[in-house]
Amino acid sequence: MLYVFYLQNTEGLIVTGMTSQIHDGLYLANLVFLVGVAAGAVTIVFPAYVYHHEGMHKVTVLGEMLAITAVIMVMMFVFAHMGRPDRLWHMIPPMGIYSFSSMLGWDVMVLNGYLILNARLRLLLPVVQVHRQPDQQEVVHAAGVCRDRLGAVDPHRDGLPDGEQPGAPDVVPQHDADPLHRHRLRGRPGADHHAFLIIRKNTKFWIDDSAIKLLTTIVTWCLGIAIFLTLSEVVVELYARTEHANGLYYLMFGLHGLTALVPWFWSAMVLMIGVLRAVLMPSFRNDMKAADPCAMAFAGIWIEKGMGLIVPGFIPSPIGEVTEYYPTFVEWLMVLGIWAFGFFILTILLKGAIGILLGDIKFGGPAGRAAK
Amino acid sequence: LTQQQRNGRGCNCPWPHRHSARPQYGAATEWAEHFQKNYRLMTDEEKAEARTRLERRYSSEYGKKVTVDTTGAQPGVLMGYALNIRKCIGCRRCVHACVEENNQSRGTRPGEKIEWIQVLRMERGEFSKGQDEPRLSRRPGHPGRRQRLHPGRPGARRASTTTTPEAVPEKGRHLHADRLHAVREAALRQGLPGAHHLPRGDGPVVIDYNWCIGCKHVHERLPLLGAALQPDHAGAAQGRHEPGDALPGQPAAHARRGREVPLVPAAHPPGPLPGLRRGLPGRCPQVRQPARPGKRSEQGLARKNVFRLKAELNTFPKFFYFYD
Repeated sequence: MLYVFYLQNTEGLIVTGMTSQIHDGLYLANLVFLVGVAAGAVTIVFPAYVYHHEGMHKVTVLGEMLAITAVIMVMMFVFAHMGRPDRLWHMIPPMGIYSFSSMLGWDVMVLNGYLILNARLRLLLPVVQVHRQPDQQEVVHAAGVCRDRLGAVDPHRDGLPDGEQPGAPDVVPQHDADPLHRHRLRGRPGADHHAFLIIRKNTKFWIDDSAIKLLTTIVTWCLGIAIFLTLSEVVVELYARTEHANGLYYLMFGLHGLTALVPWFWSAMVLMIGVLRAVLMPSFRNDMKAADPCAMAFAGIWIEKGMGLIVPGFIPSPIGEVTEYYPTFVEWLMVLGIWAFGFFILTILLKGAIGILLGDIKFGGPAGRAAK
Repeated sequence: LTQQQRNGRGCNCPWPHRHSARPQYGAATEWAEHFQKNYRLMTDEEKAEARTRLERRYSSEYGKKVTVDTTGAQPGVLMGYALNIRKCIGCRRCVHACVEENNQSRGTRPGEKIEWIQVLRMERGEFSKGQDEPRLSRRPGHPGRRQRLHPGRPGARRASTTTTPEAVPEKGRHLHADRLHAVREAALRQGLPGAHHLPRGDGPVVIDYNWCIGCKHVHERLPLLGAALQPDHAGAAQGRHEPGDALPGQPAAHARRGREVPLVPAAHPPGPLPGLRRGLPGRCPQVRQPARPGKRSEQGLARKNVFRLKAELNTFPKFFYFYD
């Protein structure tokens, strides 16, 4: 990852597959998806603190660690996407000039704010628990709910799919009417579900069946609604088949024999519909060892809300250009590196959080007494 | 597509950097350039200092005397371009004249060649007599829709679109000159996270290269390729649009020819651009200052049938099409 980052900043972004037509590629696709994953903490926090779900209440901290990790990964993808990351300080006042009218400017503010809130609240909560101050815990929980609702509002993530950018006016519009925050949030319960199963299997921390079943239910509902809305938009767009549907048509079937994104779209559809079919079966849904469907859902949503959302927005261009986008080896290496680093951070955070939740780490414990 | 076609560099190497566009000269960027103030906040003394620094750097890098200009916008001038769409045959001579006039980069490697006028090559649609619907209606794409195809990497793009045609007009194709359109300054401002764009009083909105962070949001605000990725010697992918956008920190590729490198966009004196007038076979374009009252260009725009391309996307170009 460091090597390809060095390449990008010495050779230029010519080493990526991005062009003047397709200037948002694999990095932005991951960014958009991960912002949804981060904001999707609401799918855990709400059942826990609004509906007082006992099983979910115990594992909220674990889900929040995933949010912190996702935001850090988002910022790493921002760095990877920038042509001149060494000049980012130009938009930080008072050294630079901040533009409040810029969508990217608000993006930076929201992401940094969300990371600070997450770090403050969710890294604070274990400390409060260590000190055993239940009153303060409730305050932190309430603030966490508000934070998750605020964090779900990301102007860039929500603005680009709206087609408000003149450079991408015919972006796939299937996401406009989606009540679930462009239904990228649904990638989150899948990730949580998978993480919880791994934690339950490999650590002493026991996660209730009720929490996992609730997550599976959320995945089922979100997937069902999302697939329904997607198919609705397909019908709406392709019924009249105007030129404004060319972006979706290119994504689904290709245009003029250029079909770079077609395998992406259909693989996402197969994964998502396959997962929905699986989780609709009660025997499968209640199987506490079945982690594969959630991994499949995560991959399917990563494709659909990443490559399937960003790239077709620029194809064809407003003057009718059909430009193919192929991520280069450099881009794949960078993406793999950032994801690997994200899992590394998540592992560290989860180990610390589980230690505190299990009571293995206590204020004034053996280590503390040794220090004194 | 083969790997060779994908990387557009004539080899099967999976590592594109091996054959990338990295220029073979040293990037002698001085530290002062990194900490240069935003151009709109620079005092006259700081501009003079930057000018001296750039002249020193470029002259050193290319072994020839390079001068940098700081001339600003001229009052009462609004640069524009009016194209008679019925006479344009896509001969690209206006492109070459524009490159010559504005001292644009003439490199051959990706990112080095910069042309502000582009010629679109569009396939003609097919229609059959006696059919209620065009024959292409059930095929991908809109009936009769003229589209340019870019299969893969930029190398393939250049080969399929903006290369110099062997003969014009091309049979079965329609060639059509187009300009890098811009939007209003306010619309551009919405896309850029920093204040690194600089609206000029004579038309162009230019980018302060020393403050460009390479976010590429300028592309999203310019719908008609108003900006092009430009991997320069420092590894940046930076926005570029509008004529004469020589900027503070002008890419060194521009200075390679040893010509004058303006620190701010070159403001042409009133009157037709000599390069364009020399280069054109007919009177297809009229390059004027349309805001100058009483001039022929303004009268022409007022009297002729004039339209602008993709106005629904909030374009506000100084490039107008008209027909007699």
